[in-house]
Amino acid sequence: MNAGSKILPGRPQRLLRDGLIASVERHPEKDAVIVEGKSYTYAELYDASTRLANALIERGVQRGDRVAIYMDNTWPCIVSIYAVLLSGGVFFTINPQTKADKLEFVLNNSESKLLLTDSLLAKVYKQSLINTPLVKNVISSGKKLDDVELKDISIENFDEVLSNNEPIDSPTDVIPNDLAALIYTSGSTGFPKGVMQTHQSMVFAAWSLIEYQRLSENDRILLVLPIAFDYGLYQLLMTIKLGATLVVERSFTFPVKIYQRMEEQSVTVFPAVPTIFAMMISAHKKKKLCFPSITRITNTAAALPADFIPYLQEIFPNALIYKMYGLTECKRVCYLEPELIDINPRSVGRAIPGTEVYLLSPEGKPVPAGEPGILYVRGPHIMAGYWKDPERSEKMLKAGDIPGERVLCTHDLFKMDEEGLLYFVGRSDDIIKTRGEKVSPVEVENILHGIEGIKEVGIIGIEDDILGQAIKAFVALESGSDLNDKKIKKYCLSHLENFMVPNEIIFIDKLPKTSNGKIDKKELQDMVTT
Amino acid sequence: MSVEDKVRSYILENYLFTDDQSELNNQDSFLEKGIIDSTGILEVIFFLEEEFGISVEDEEMIPENLDSVNNIVKYIDSKS
Repeated sequence: MNAGSKILPGRPQRLLRDGLIASVERHPEKDAVIVEGKSYTYAELYDASTRLANALIERGVQRGDRVAIYMDNTWPCIVSIYAVLLSGGVFFTINPQTKADKLEFVLNNSESKLLLTDSLLAKVYKQSLINTPLVKNVISSGKKLDDVELKDISIENFDEVLSNNEPIDSPTDVIPNDLAALIYTSGSTGFPKGVMQTHQSMVFAAWSLIEYQRLSENDRILLVLPIAFDYGLYQLLMTIKLGATLVVERSFTFPVKIYQRMEEQSVTVFPAVPTIFAMMISAHKKKKLCFPSITRITNTAAALPADFIPYLQEIFPNALIYKMYGLTECKRVCYLEPELIDINPRSVGRAIPGTEVYLLSPEGKPVPAGEPGILYVRGPHIMAGYWKDPERSEKMLKAGDIPGERVLCTHDLFKMDEEGLLYFVGRSDDIIKTRGEKVSPVEVENILHGIEGIKEVGIIGIEDDILGQAIKAFVALESGSDLNDKKIKKYCLSHLENFMVPNEIIFIDKLPKTSNGKIDKKELQDMVTT
Repeated sequence: MSVEDKVRSYILENYLFTDDQSELNNQDSFLEKGIIDSTGILEVIFFLEEEFGISVEDEEMIPENLDSVNNIVKYIDSKS
C-alpha cells in the first residue's frame, strides 16, 4: 500500500475507488472476486488496478477523461473499472454484444482516447476504430494479436501492460462532484444516451442498496448479469466497498454450471431478471431445484410476475425476495420490503433509503391516492444529465421546490395507494423490455431501413413467457425484392446486439397507418394477438 | 450428412444466419464468441433432441457438452 492512497479509519467513503482502498487495507488476503472458478484477493485486485492505472496515466488519461471498457464479465474488466477510477478517469462499460456501428458511435460520442477490450472482440473493434480518430491506444486482454494492425493506434496486450508497469504512488485527485461513470442506455430516438453519474451519486446509491438489501461483508454475491448493465455493475461496486466476495460468471447460458457454482461457492445473494427466473421455474417444474444458501434474491429490469413468487419461495426457501424498479437515470427508484411480498405481490414498494418519490399529473398537480400519475424522483442518486445532450437532459431533469434543485421526471406512469406503496401502470415511451434489456424500436427500425428492398417496417414487443417481451418485425418489401427472414436477421445480427434482433419477421403488403400517417403500432399489436 | 455437418449447418443457419462455412470454426466457444446466449441454448437442446433422438438431461447442460461444434459432436457420440 502506498502512503498517498491511505484512508483514515472511519472516514466515510467519498469516491468509488475508496471502497477498494478501504477493503484492501482491512483484509488484503480475502477473496474479492471469483471469476469462473478462479479466485482473486483484494490485494491482487488492488495491485492489478494500480498497475493498470499507472499505464493509463502514462498513456495520457487525465482527470475527467472518458475511458471505454468493451469487455465481457472477466477479471480484466473488473481490473479496468478500478484502474480508470484510480487514474481519475471516467469509465464506461459497453456490452460485448455491441456491434461496430454502435461501438463507433459511443467511442466518438464519449470522446474516448483509450479503449480497454478483449481479443475475442477484435473483429468488431478493428472495424470501429477506422472511424474513431480520437482513440490512440487500445489495451486488449486475452490472446496476443499479431495480425491486428491499425494506423496510428497502438494495440497492447493487457497482461504485458500489467507486468511492465509499477503500481501508481497515489491515485489522481478527484472530488465527489467529479464524474465517475457514463452509463449508456437505449434511447427512444434510437441513439444511446450516456447517463452521467458522479462519485457522490454512485457512492450514495450503492450504500442505499446495501442498506435495504441488508448486505454485509460476509455476503457472497453472484453475478451472471452483464457488468455493462448498471444492475450488474452495482453488484461489483457494492461487493468491493463492503469487502464481500463476488462470484462472477459470463452469463446464465449454462444454468447447470451456475447451479453448481452457487452450491460450491455458498452464494448468498442472487440478483437476476425475470427471464432467468422463468428459466429456473420451468426447470424446477420438471425436477426440483433448491438453493438453501441463498438468503436474498433481487429482481429488476422488468416486472416480476406475481405468479412466480410461490415457485421462487420453493427454489430459494431461505431467501428474502426483493421486487424493485429503477431506471439508469437514477440507478434505482424503489423496492418492496420483502416482508410485504405475500401481502402486496403486485407493488414495487417505496423509495429506496435516503430518497423520495411523488406522483404528478401531466399539468404538474399532485395526484390523489389510487389515481395514475407521472413518477418523480428526488435524491442524491439522480444523474447529472446526459453526456453532451442538454436538450434530452432537460426533458428528464426538472426544477424542484428548492431553488436550483433538480428532480428526475421518469415519464413512467404509476399509482400510489393510501400506504404509499407504488404500482407500475405503464411506460410513456415504446421501449421494449426483452430478457431484461431495453430495446428501442426506432433503433431496430433504423437498421432494417438500411436494408435494400425494405419499404416499410414496424417493430413491436409482444408478451412472452420467457423473454418478457419478444421482438416482432413487420416488414413490407419493395416489389421484386427477394429478401427473406434469414437475410434480414443476418443483417440485424451484424448491426445490433443479439438481444435486439427480431425474434420473428412478419411480411405484409402494407403497414397500417394512423390518421397522421405514422405506422399504427396498436393495430400491429392487434394483428398479433388476434 | 454427418453429425458435425448437421450441427454446423443448424448453428450457421439459426444463429449466424448464413451458409458461409468460414464464419464458424468447430472449436469456437458459443459463449465466448457471443454466438448463443441463455435463451438460445434451450433451442439448441430442442434441436439435438429432435434431430438425434436423444434426451438431454439437465445435468448434461454444461459447456463441456454444448459450447462448441466439437463438444456437441463428442457429446452426441457418447449418447449413441
